Amino acid sequence: MKSPLVEITKLSFNRGSRIIFNNVNLDIERGKITAIMGPSGTGKTTLLKLISAQLEPTVGSIMVDGQNIHGLDQEELFEMRKRMGMLFQSGALLTDLDVFDNVAYPLREHTRLDERMIRYLVLIKLHAVGLRGAAQLMPSELSGGMLRRVALARAIVLDPMMILYDEPFSGQDPISMGVLMKLIKTMNDNLGLTSIIVSHDVNEVSAIADYIYIISDGQIMDQGTPAELEETASEWAKQFLKGLPDGPVHFHYPALDYAIDLFEIS
Amino acid sequence: MQHFLRKTVAVFESLGDRSLDSFERLGRSTLFLVRVFKSIPFVFLRPWLLIQQLYSVGVLTIVIVLVAGTFVGMVLGLQGYNILVRFNSESSLGTMVGLTLVRELGPVVTALLFAGRAGSALTAELGLMKTTEQFSALEMMAVDPFKRVIAPRFLAGFLSMPMLAAIFSAVGIYGGYYVGVYLLGVDDGAYWAQMQKSVDFHEDFMNGVWKTVVFGFVATWIALFEGYDSVPTSEGIGRATTQSVVNASLAVLGLNFILTALMLETS
Repeated sequence: MKSPLVEITKLSFNRGSRIIFNNVNLDIERGKITAIMGPSGTGKTTLLKLISAQLEPTVGSIMVDGQNIHGLDQEELFEMRKRMGMLFQSGALLTDLDVFDNVAYPLREHTRLDERMIRYLVLIKLHAVGLRGAAQLMPSELSGGMLRRVALARAIVLDPMMILYDEPFSGQDPISMGVLMKLIKTMNDNLGLTSIIVSHDVNEVSAIADYIYIISDGQIMDQGTPAELEETASEWAKQFLKGLPDGPVHFHYPALDYAIDLFEIS
Repeated sequence: MQHFLRKTVAVFESLGDRSLDSFERLGRSTLFLVRVFKSIPFVFLRPWLLIQQLYSVGVLTIVIVLVAGTFVGMVLGLQGYNILVRFNSESSLGTMVGLTLVRELGPVVTALLFAGRAGSALTAELGLMKTTEQFSALEMMAVDPFKRVIAPRFLAGFLSMPMLAAIFSAVGIYGGYYVGVYLLGVDDGAYWAQMQKSVDFHEDFMNGVWKTVVFGFVATWIALFEGYDSVPTSEGIGRATTQSVVNASLAVLGLNFILTALMLETS
């Protein structure tokens, strides 16, 4: 068996007094699509930021391709990040550059390719996401789905080993969602990438992910392939995956007894 | 009694919290400045980054400086004439306009205009970049935002201020000339000759230049830090932009007093 690309060991992370992760162990297999799922506010995006060393863990270690990513100096970290792509929820395109220049940006920063070669590579990547015709548009002229596709083209332009997707499907119409699902799957398989998707869109993620971790309250609540999770014994995971309004996660926020609260009976 | 004690303790607690926050921000702004300094050499390797920012920070501020400088100079001509004519010394109008602009109003008003126009734009731009995760995206592309985004803006603000203040003073002198000489009848030759005789290059002109250098440094630093340190929400950007203009304006006025006192002391 190949060693995992990302190995998270005994990870704890706090924000002030709030515990986001408590002693979490998690592996991301090479060449697979791994999804991190969970309710809003459970720290899914925080986990991506920890994996990419945008945040430091309170305790524990994160090994990426055999290197402790938080032990690297800035130069080494930047070298590592050239091998990682990240798709931000908002797309995070540079608003003063058009689509072409946004995708060309990493190439111009990190390579000495001539403009003809850069144009060639950018058009290939834009063609792969179906937006070669939008090369001259500004980010403000793009829809949400197009923004993410351009950001995806930019994320793969340096041919990374791994891509991190932060909520790629949120706020997308069904067509955009279908396009993004297809792109994530085909890019992963055709380019030999490792993909980590953070999302709470159960159906979409289950359709493309090879392995799913469900996290909540700072811990992994359940894990497995989509097929295994369909048969899960965990009531909590069942409620989350089926979107049931009540269960281990109560519909009501903890409060005083209803009658007492209404009539202020003391 | 207990209620009063609790209230008193709460007041002191809040005072303590605010003081700690202020010191923490001061520390963060100092570290921010250190990172900017470390990134400045990179700007010389990619001079087009600086040229772009000189245009948006400096060139786009020229119009407001030209208009404001002209009106300030015209008011100085008008007020100066009305005061000087009482002592039959209206021929000294050139001296008054020149000294006032070069030593005080040129640097100070330009810095206030700079904070209002270029400073607020820098803060809003950086705040928006933070809100839309563009800084994080740059870092994830292995690009240091201090080198690519912040240092060129800092250098552009720092270099633009003295030039803008020079333009302000120059058009102000012509504004005063127009009102004094054309409208109120002060002698043309006297206006220029008195100014030439009384305004000293080292004592007056260079003191003004030093002020613009300090004001440019401080106003740009505050504008960039407020944007970089803003809360990444639309409300946070709004608050940061207001704070940027208010803090930079107050810093300029306070520093102006200190610099003037130091310059008068050493002259």
